[in-house]
Order: sequence, then C-alpha cells, then structure tokens
Amino acid sequence: MIWLTWRQFRSQAAVAAIALAVVAIVAAATGPGIATAYTSAGLGDCHARCATDASNFVSSLNRLDLLLYLGSFLLMYLAPALMGIFWGAPLIAREVETGTHRVAWNQSVTRTRWILVKLGLVGLAAVGTAGLLSLIVTWWAGPINHAAVLSSGQISGFVPRLDAPVFDARGVVPLGYAAFAFALGVTAGVLLRRTLPAMAVTLVAFAVIQVLVPNFVRPHLLAPAHLTAPVDSSIGLNVNAGTGQKSIQLAGPFARPGAWVLSDVIVTPSGAKLPNVTMTPSGAELTVLPKACAFMLGAAGPDPTGLRDCRSVLAAMHLRQSVTWQPASRFWPLQWVETGLYLVLAAGLGWASVAQLRRRRAA
Amino acid sequence: MTNATAAIEARGLGKRYGRRWALADCTLTIPAGQVTGLVGPNGAGKTTLISLATGMLAPTTGTVEVLGGGPASGAAQLARVGYVAQGTPAYAGLSVADHLRLGARLNPRWDAALARRRIEELGLDSRQKAGELSGGQRAQLALTLALAKRPELLILDEPIASLDPVARREFLQMLMNAVAEQELSVVISSHQITDLERVADHLIVLVGSRVRVEGGVEHLLATHYLLTGPRRAAASLPASQQVITESHTGRQSTFLVRSSEPIIDPAWTAEEVSLEDLALAYMGPAPTRSPDIRALEARP
Repeated sequence: MIWLTWRQFRSQAAVAAIALAVVAIVAAATGPGIATAYTSAGLGDCHARCATDASNFVSSLNRLDLLLYLGSFLLMYLAPALMGIFWGAPLIAREVETGTHRVAWNQSVTRTRWILVKLGLVGLAAVGTAGLLSLIVTWWAGPINHAAVLSSGQISGFVPRLDAPVFDARGVVPLGYAAFAFALGVTAGVLLRRTLPAMAVTLVAFAVIQVLVPNFVRPHLLAPAHLTAPVDSSIGLNVNAGTGQKSIQLAGPFARPGAWVLSDVIVTPSGAKLPNVTMTPSGAELTVLPKACAFMLGAAGPDPTGLRDCRSVLAAMHLRQSVTWQPASRFWPLQWVETGLYLVLAAGLGWASVAQLRRRRAA
Repeated sequence: MTNATAAIEARGLGKRYGRRWALADCTLTIPAGQVTGLVGPNGAGKTTLISLATGMLAPTTGTVEVLGGGPASGAAQLARVGYVAQGTPAYAGLSVADHLRLGARLNPRWDAALARRRIEELGLDSRQKAGELSGGQRAQLALTLALAKRPELLILDEPIASLDPVARREFLQMLMNAVAEQELSVVISSHQITDLERVADHLIVLVGSRVRVEGGVEHLLATHYLLTGPRRAAASLPASQQVITESHTGRQSTFLVRSSEPIIDPAWTAEEVSLEDLALAYMGPAPTRSPDIRALEARP
C-alpha cells in the first residue's frame, strides 16, 4: 500500500521537491547578505538608538530583497492552499471519478488501511514540505523581523512578527495550515467525489478560514494582556489632515515593542470610549474635547503655548488609555496553540473522511 | 474448493437510492464451482447486486454472504474474491508492469508467474501506460489482475460490454481457460444473453430490480417449452404450466411456458427453447401475464 501511494504521489512529490530547491537556492543566495547588513548596522547587540539603526538597516535593503520579503508571504499563504488543492482534493476524488477505487478496494487490503496509508503518507509530505519552507523563510527573514520589532513599528510595511501576515508565514503555524488544508481537500473530495469541485471548495473554504482565524480566533487563543492607565499631560496629539477636514487623534503613552495591539482606546471617566477622530471644527464632537485644543485645527499650526494649555485641560479630564494586547513574548506560545488548533481540525477532518468511506457510500 | 458453501447467498437483499429501489427483495443462492451468468436489461440492478456482493455498497435491507463471509469484511475475505468492475478501470498513469507490481504488493496469494505469462500471451508491452491501452487490452489487464490474485470467486461486471466482437471472444476464451485451470467460481454479468450463452452453467435474470428467474442452465432448458397449437387463452392451460410469453395469430397460439412436467397434450407441438429465447422471454415485457407472476409483482 505504501508502494502504491508513493507510486501515485511521486510526480507531485517531485514538483514539491523542485519548488523547495528553488526556494532554498534563492534564500541561500540572498540570505547571508541580509544577515551581514543586519550585523554591520549594529543591530546584533544594540542598546541605544536601536529604532534608528533598524530603520537604517531596512532602508539599506535592495529592491530584490524587499520583493522577496513580500514574496515570502505570498509563498507561505499559497503553499498550504496549493497542497490542499492539488494533493488533498484529488487524493480520493480522482480515484472515485476514474473508478480506480474499485481496483484498489478489491485488492487484499481493507479500505480503512488504504485511506489511512494515503492520508498519512501524503499528509506527512504536506506537513514536511510546509515545515521546510517555513524553516527556510523564517531563517531568511529573521534579521528583518528583528528589525521590525526594534523599530517599534516606525518602518511602514514592516510589522512585528506577532502581526498578520508575518505571524502566519513564520515558525510552526505553516505546518498546521498544511495539515489542515490537506485534510480539508481530502474531505471535500470524499464528500463531493469529483476532483474539480473539491478543489474549488478547498480553495474557498481554506481562504475563509485563513481570514477568520487571524481576525477572530487568534486574539483569544491566549488571554491577552490588558492595561488601563491614566492619561497625563504627555498625551500624544496627532493632527490628521484628511480630505478637507482636520481631526485630532489622541495617542496614549503605551509602548511595548513587538506587541500585537488588539485594541487601543481612550476612555472618559464614565467609561465611554473616545473615538480616535474626536474633533472637527464644526462637528458636535467639539463638546467632547476642550475648546482649548480647537486651535490645532486652524491654519496656524503648532503653537507651544496653546499646546500646553490643550494638554493640561486634557489632563484635567481624567482620560484613561485602555489597551489590550498580546505581548511580544507570546509569539511561540501563540504559534504552538494555533498549530495545535489546526492539527486538531485536520485530525477531525481526516477522521470524518475515513468514517465516510467506511460507511461504503462512496462507491 | 468448498463446494458446500455457496459462492453468494442473498436473503431479502435490497438497495434503495432515495425513493427508487435499485434492487429489491433479492433472495438467491449462487452455487460455488460454477459460472453464473447475471443477465438483465440496463438498469435492472445487475451492478447493484454485484456492488453489494463486493462490499462496494451497503445494503438497505437484507443480507448477503460471499463464500460464507461478509463482503469485503477484512483483508482475508478480500483476498478470496476477485472483482473486475464495470468499465474495467485501471490506473491510467500506471504502466502494465506497475499494475502487476501493485497486485503483487497488495495480495498475499499473488501468482506472479501467472500474471507474467498472461501479459506475455496477450502481447502487452509491460512499459505501456494503462491509459494508452485499448478497451480490450485494459479489460484483459483487469482480468489478469483479478486472476493472479488467486481468488476463489471471480466477479465480473459487464466486462465485455464495450469490447468489439473479436476482443469479446478473446476475453471470454481467456476467462474460460482460467476457470478450467483455477477451479474458480465465476459470476459474470451482461445485458446480452448471447455473451453468456456458451459460458454460463447457472443463470439469473434480473428485470426491474427484481430476480425474474434463476436456476441451472440445464434445468431451465429442460423445464421450458415453446408450445404451438390451435388458438386458445392462456388461462385454459393447466396450472402446472406457467406462461412466460404468449402470442396469437388468427388461428394459432404460441406460448413459452415453464413446466416441471412433460407436455403430454397432443394438441401442442412442444419445442425446446434456446437459452437466448428463454432469457429474452423473461426480460421482455410479457403481453399478458399469468396470475402467479402478477401476484409476484404485486408484492411491495
């Protein structure tokens, strides 16, 4: 059975091996250069001015490196999906479609063993491929990820590794995604019994899950840290010049390098949330913020005296900053929990596929 | 061979898809050590019966035992039954040699010498992919795979339906040689009785998802008569004569009857019937039916 599974899978395995080799070669060719730039920027053991050094390092990267950095996300999002579509969906569906399951099921091997060997072998190949890819990409992008943390989010486009899409494309989660996508494909194939619809369903379902989990599930996998701190006169006031309208954005003193901020709001003593955009020259919101701050919206621009007045009035309002976040140190715990979640889902789907076939309705 | 055990024993076997019964109330014993022909028009339930017997489907009602065991109930049971599915599927991307390797690795009783010899006799290039074989060659490959497994029972579902007459003859010849050599029980289905006339010892006619007639070929031939005589109504025949078909001209009536007793009425010319006529009579819609057949069909 192992021989037959391998015989049927070997050309797909060859494609995966070639793809892995290409990724490895590109990473080996460009990775050391990035690592050297990282060290020479003094980021290896920085104690002061880290944010500036990190910014300098990132801006020293050439266009190809930046392109590859973006490409790595695409690669890590696509790889599990492709394995689900091209390895998972046809695994059973193609056999049923071409009638070869009747050949396979009438050798002296039980149907259960047949599907378990296929699921196990090709599933392991999917997880292994994703693991190797993630290993290469995580190593290659390591310096950039460190710099993104050190820069405290000052380099636009380079988010810390806890934020999507970096989190999804690093560490061990790609293994979970690959196992899940593969099992999803197999299940779709078993239920639909046709390869093409199963491939389409796999793609759509996997995409939906990959949008839902980071946004609605991941924040709650581990209880997030929470902080409510009084806002003093050091509150940040950012003026946003929008389309024809200026508004003021309040920014509390919260700063945790590398943290994944889930929510960050300014609340009044009564607990009411103060929206970020709180003040427009003609808006009713003027009642929320003191008139002392209204000058900021005028054409004159910053005025040290006015700013101090505005700040002290704000401080007298007893505003508080309420922040919910996942600390940077949660990267690996979150990675393992999410990987575990996907592996459990994959196992459930695998079990459902076996149970469905055992019920002998896929004939 | 354990001739004491039936090859296939079905009791009240039925399979329903939604509201339609693909096979209903099927009780029959297919004897071991014989070639059983399963005949019926398309959609009569032949494939359903075979799928139930090979464990590809689970029955809605009743039970079926194959060589005394549950269909596909385990590796040992699977090893005892060879199956050539409808359309003789094969892995299109795998070569002939790969198929033999597949058989060797998945079957404990695999007869590699037999498989090699058959492929040589067929003149197949073992490096050729199954997807490039002709229909006849693919059917032969499927048969080889099933035979080299050294099964006690070989089940073939319309193996020659899509073959040209030459390939048909070759296939059946190969099958009969194998049966003679390997002492197999065989169940072979076809929608054409002519395919099976020369090979079957036992016949089952399935019509409209029900078993219409079943029995040993010799026994069936010995108990069916074509009666020709002066015109008369079917009801006037003795109760021992079951009318299968009837046709009337102005002066003459022709009946195909089943009778356990010899026809002694001198008014009749009694002729023996061919297996083809017999099967066609059962498969074709009878113009008027004798009461006992109608009673049979009225059952839910």
